[in-house]
Amino acid sequence: MHADPRKLVTIVTEAALERRLVNDLKRLGAHGYTISDARGEGSRGVRNAGWDATGNIRVEVICDEATAERIAAHLKAVYYANYAMILYLSDVGVLRPQKF
Amino acid sequence: MLPIDPIVLFFMLGLAAGLARSDLRLPGAVYEFLSVILLLAIGLKGGVELAQQSLVALLPQMIAVVLMGLALPLAAYPVLRVIGRLARADAASIAAHYGSVSVGTYAVAVAWLVSREVAFEEYLPLLLVLLEMPAIVVGIMLARGVSADTDWKSLAREVFLGKSIVLLVGGLLIGWAAGPVALEPVSGLFFGLFHGVLALFLLEMGLVAAGQVTSLRRHGLFLVAFGVGFPLFGALVGAVLGWLLGLSPGGTMLLATLAASASYIAVPAAMRMALPEANPALSLTASLGVTFPFNILVGIPLYHQLAGLLHRLGG
Repeated sequence: MHADPRKLVTIVTEAALERRLVNDLKRLGAHGYTISDARGEGSRGVRNAGWDATGNIRVEVICDEATAERIAAHLKAVYYANYAMILYLSDVGVLRPQKF
Repeated sequence: MLPIDPIVLFFMLGLAAGLARSDLRLPGAVYEFLSVILLLAIGLKGGVELAQQSLVALLPQMIAVVLMGLALPLAAYPVLRVIGRLARADAASIAAHYGSVSVGTYAVAVAWLVSREVAFEEYLPLLLVLLEMPAIVVGIMLARGVSADTDWKSLAREVFLGKSIVLLVGGLLIGWAAGPVALEPVSGLFFGLFHGVLALFLLEMGLVAAGQVTSLRRHGLFLVAFGVGFPLFGALVGAVLGWLLGLSPGGTMLLATLAASASYIAVPAAMRMALPEANPALSLTASLGVTFPFNILVGIPLYHQLAGLLHRLGG
């Protein structure tokens, strides 16, 4: 089976950022995204989602490499300093490249 | 004097379970549901009463309360900055939390009055709504100055369309439009179950407050002192204002409670957007870990005595 290579951008960050992040992603050229609630612990302490303000989200975007780089650079510049956020890229294969 | 209210015992149960690291936890959706009922119930009650009042007559009270909402953060800021030696953004953010209000605390104070059959002005939820916003504006200006590059439009959206304002104002409007008789069919859920819902809500709040203890240890004594001291000052301001405005002892106590309470829903969300460099752990620890428990366990009875004292002295 043939699969076209794309990048999977995964962002784990504060739930408070959801609306702004979605706007950014669309503007930077993402065709779609998936958001799920998440909890965990990192350098900014336990984010246990027991409270609105301590909730995390995981945002996943599949896109081409140029878009992935734009997203990564933008988020790093705007949010890394003041928000709990991690972002990582992985290689994935997709069956319908026109969707991404 | 009645024994301790059962709802306070629920809060203590949550606190104890959280401190003992029990696996007890209300699902997020349940907590959401409980807070929706509480916010609507408070709004509905206020709206029904508001229909009996003329808004023009309430205008002086509304203006006075907004001024109080602007003044409280201005009083808190120098204390945080000079004695607490906090960074500008942190001090401004905490000041905004303490100038704004906690609906949960208000609900407990109302339940306290109702179970003792003390009368109060039922339209006070209107003043509660008015108190949410001014402190946020002052907090941002304290941090950024007046020539702020703050995105006020999206911030206003964040606050006015946040669930607490939408549900409170929505409840007020529904109660105002429908009146007590038409509300009868839904009163079982919103008024009949109020105390039970509040008990469950406080159980969760106890768990949440217990979760703040670790960061409390890290941030030290000043936050504890401020989290207890500033509410006492706020209560005094609120009580004197309530008395000057001619509120009943019950209403005076509620205004004192509002002034003493610190926000933990609307303001944290707004500060995260407008002042991202402020550490949210500091303000949430103070407001949820210190002030909320203090007001529930100690403050509310105290503010009632304060209100009574003022009314006896002032006649």
